[in-house]
Parts: sequence; C-alpha cells; structure tokens
Amino acid sequence: MSDTQALDHITAWRASGHKAALATVVQTWGSSPRPAGSHMAINDTGEFIGSVSGGCIEGAVINAAREVMASGKSQILEFGVTNEMAWDVGLACGGKVRVFVDAVE
Amino acid sequence: MKLGLLSQLQSRIAAKAPCALVTDTTTGAQTIVGGGEVVGELSLSADALAEINRLISANQSNMIDASTLFVRVYSPLPRMVIVGAVHIAQSLVPMAQLAGFEAIVIDPRSAFLTASKLAGATAIEEWPDDGMKKVQPDSRTAVVTLTHDPKLDDPALLAALRSPAFYIGALGSRKTHEKRLQRLRDEGSTDADLTRIRGPVGLNINAISPAEIAVSIVAQVIEALRAGAK
Repeated sequence: MSDTQALDHITAWRASGHKAALATVVQTWGSSPRPAGSHMAINDTGEFIGSVSGGCIEGAVINAAREVMASGKSQILEFGVTNEMAWDVGLACGGKVRVFVDAVE
Repeated sequence: MKLGLLSQLQSRIAAKAPCALVTDTTTGAQTIVGGGEVVGELSLSADALAEINRLISANQSNMIDASTLFVRVYSPLPRMVIVGAVHIAQSLVPMAQLAGFEAIVIDPRSAFLTASKLAGATAIEEWPDDGMKKVQPDSRTAVVTLTHDPKLDDPALLAALRSPAFYIGALGSRKTHEKRLQRLRDEGSTDADLTRIRGPVGLNINAISPAEIAVSIVAQVIEALRAGAK
C-alpha cells in the first residue's frame, strides 16, 4: 500500500459520490512509526486506506476526519506521550506526531 | 484540498515528474510546485520556493517557514531492474513492488516474460545491453542479474557498472562469481568497479527456495537504498 494509492482511493471515492478526507503526517519527533508525508485516506463510511502510525492513532484520526468532512474545515492533530490523550490514543513508542487532516472537495 | 488540484498532482505522479504539494497547515491553502511551474491558491515567497526546490531534489518531505508550510515531495519510485525472467524473478517482482520499487524485467526470451507481465512488471523483451540502454539506470536504480548465463548477465553487469546504480547484484555461487569477475576484468572492469557487484547476491539467510532468495535480495537492496539516509 503506497501513499499515492491513498490518493487514488480518494479520487475513486469522490467519483462514486462519497465524501473523502486526506490525513498526512507533517511532523514527527522521536521514534514515530511513519515518516513525514505518510498518507491515510478516509471516506464518509469510515473506510480508510494507508496509515499515519503503527495503528496507535488511526482511530482518533478517522474521528477527526469525520468532523473535517462535515465542516469542510481542516484540522491539525497532535499525538504523543505528552498529550493529555496519552491514556486513550498515544504512541506506545514514545514518539510524537503531528497530522494534518483535510477534506477533499 | 481541491479535487482539481489533487488530479493535477496525480497526473504529475503518473508522469514520474518530481513535484511537491505545499500546504499552509493553518489555512489549508495549497499549491503544487514542480517542473518550473507553481499552481494553486497558496502564494509562496522566493525564499520558500528555493527551499521547496531543494527539498524536491533531496526527495525529502518537511515543514518549512517556521513550521507553517508543509512540503510533501513526490518522487518517482526507486527501480529494481531484474535481468532474467527466471523462477526467482516470479517471487522477486511482487516482493520488490510491495517494498515500494518499480519492477522492470529484461529478458530476450518472450516466453519467459509472461509471468513478469502478469505480475505488473515493466517487461522489456530485449538483449540486456539494449534493454539497459532503454532503462538508463540512475542513482535510484538497483540492477539484479538472475540468468547466470554469461552472455545475458555480463553485458547487463557491464552496463550497470557504467551507471550510477545504487545496487548491483549477480546471482551465482562463489565459484561462478569468481569466474564472472575474471571475465569482467578481461572486458576492462577495474577492481574498484567489481567491488560494486554483490555476489553471491542477497543477504546470507541460508535461503534455498526461489521465494527465500528473493527475500534475501530485496533485504540487501533495501539495506543499500537506506544506507544513504542514515
């Protein structure tokens, strides 16, 4: 699954009338599992392809993507051990990651 | 992101033209930079453009401009050129593709190429010297010879040695490899050239089956590709 395949899925979803959002890792600190530029595509049924971590934060990113698809307003999310959400969705590896989520419309 | 900008980005990626998608992460405004063109609603300073072009050349995605602009660089995939559409190639092609390489198979024997075509590899039905001219290996290209037939492998290896390919590997036992090196020396290759050839090919994981050998080759190619990034 390459990052560009995530882009291809967005095009296909939009063509079949679905809403779609693109999440991209924009910054990492420490031992984060996926490098800057990693893409995850999400649609309005919750289907997703690609990844922005090793599975640690994908759930939270999908939830944010639903909001972004509804509002059309992009979001910046930050995850890491210092985050107050560490107990729920943190990176077990101790890294920190910033993710940009944007609707494709 | 605008759907129109996404489709422009995808056509550049499909054309294997290096480019960057630049995003203002506070406003969501975006612009594509590449091939001397700047397309999109986000305006960029001359300084930012210079930095973006530097990142495109380095194939590196990063934040710039005090961490407000994210530059996502899209470069063509690294390539693995496989000479000899033999049994090992049938395992090597899909594994190379999974690991993020464009797989290219060169073999003058059309019947051998059927499986490579089915696996989605670019199949070049040519003698290796002509095939390598078509491929033009660059510094993001790995070349692996699998035929252990000197008349097919040797011309491919000589062409690879003349190129900046980041990895050159040749299938064959230690003995076969010694004989091969002697033939290449006779063709004018220097010792410095010949140290570039990994033979026997692949990491030593005691591989026996074609698929196991393919794993060892892909692992060694990745090791060579990422060595520069450390």
